[in-house]
Amino acid sequence: MSAFLALLRRELLLAIRHGSDTVAALLFFLLAASLFPLAIGPAPETLSRLAPGIVYVCALLAAILPLDRLFGADLEDGSLDQLLLFGLPAPLLAFAKAVGHWLVTGLPLLVAAAPIAVMLRIRPEALPVLLVSLLPATMLLSLLGTVGAAVVLGARRGGVLLPLVVLPLATPVLIFGAAGTDAASFGQSPRAHLLFLAALLAAALPFCPIAAGAALRSAVE
Amino acid sequence: MSVLQAEELATIRGERLVFAGLSFRVAEGGALLLTGPNGAGKSTLLRLLAGLGRLEAGRLLWQGADALEDLTLHARRVAYLGHLDAVKPGLTAVENLRAWGGRGAVAEALAAVGLSPLADLPVRLFSAGQRRRLALARLMMRAAPLWLLDEPTLGLDAASVGRFGAMLARHRAHGGIVVAATHLPLPLPGADELVLGG
Repeated sequence: MSAFLALLRRELLLAIRHGSDTVAALLFFLLAASLFPLAIGPAPETLSRLAPGIVYVCALLAAILPLDRLFGADLEDGSLDQLLLFGLPAPLLAFAKAVGHWLVTGLPLLVAAAPIAVMLRIRPEALPVLLVSLLPATMLLSLLGTVGAAVVLGARRGGVLLPLVVLPLATPVLIFGAAGTDAASFGQSPRAHLLFLAALLAAALPFCPIAAGAALRSAVE
Repeated sequence: MSVLQAEELATIRGERLVFAGLSFRVAEGGALLLTGPNGAGKSTLLRLLAGLGRLEAGRLLWQGADALEDLTLHARRVAYLGHLDAVKPGLTAVENLRAWGGRGAVAEALAAVGLSPLADLPVRLFSAGQRRRLALARLMMRAAPLWLLDEPTLGLDAASVGRFGAMLARHRAHGGIVVAATHLPLPLPGADELVLGG
């Protein structure tokens, strides 16, 4: 446990020193979401109908942005070898990376989603559901993204390959997250959608670190 | 008693047989020097011993038991120094080592490689030799019995090589094992030599 926390602390320290990565993901989120009113027009009823979907798609894309450096930097400078020899099982190493990604990217995206959703004129009754659904959704994106980042590690065009691996895996998150928020804005209960997200998270929590750990092992071979 | 023992190791990299039928044993406090031309498989063998490579055939034994069966357990026995320094330029020397131990251990390791005055400087400002010394300091943090070193003295000045010799002697005096790949003379008195073919 102390080894896990030591690793996580190192990840957070690195993220603070390279703060521009987090800021870049947040700015991308903001900019991408701002493009929609420009493209489809500022009519409030259209925007508020589309707001949950726009927020979800943009958050998904922004979460993928820093993923190619998640293990890429460590592979290039030899740190990945040292991390695998840290004395933690590879899945726990991958889990520490996923937690680090969530704290540094997922959580800030969740916080930034509130003003962006308001900017897109989301219905007030849907906003709390959007934020609640983004909590498991961003965690899922971090876990799935860790798998994708580990799988494409060492591939020559890993940065291009990464979205192609992660985006299809992330479609259920998009579907249930956006549909739950939609349901709330139509006055229906979002409960079923939120439970689906929670179930996906419960499945991803054990399986994603195991898959990512196996991919890391084969990447250094 | 022999601690590290390799039996008939063979490995393949990119469809090419790097080596086969490789056997050796290193006793407690012993050292093994890997020599041979570039591409002979020295680094590959070191990674294999660290549990970072895939063994095609043969067995690696640690105190008589299969070492690679439990990679996490094996990782705790190993301190590996690759040809890359694996230090983060954005962190200070202390921060680079902090994950591997407490403040006291970090200060001790930095003192052993003569980096104490630079402890709080970002590694971005370090020279290549100083980064190498920081990577050597991490070896000490591990308290692992098996040191696997890939060209450990590359870029080091004479004084640093002397300090590194003292580190190696202390490690071996405590029963530690050193396996090192090198083209340069290393301060490892009484080391066996294993010549890998081209």
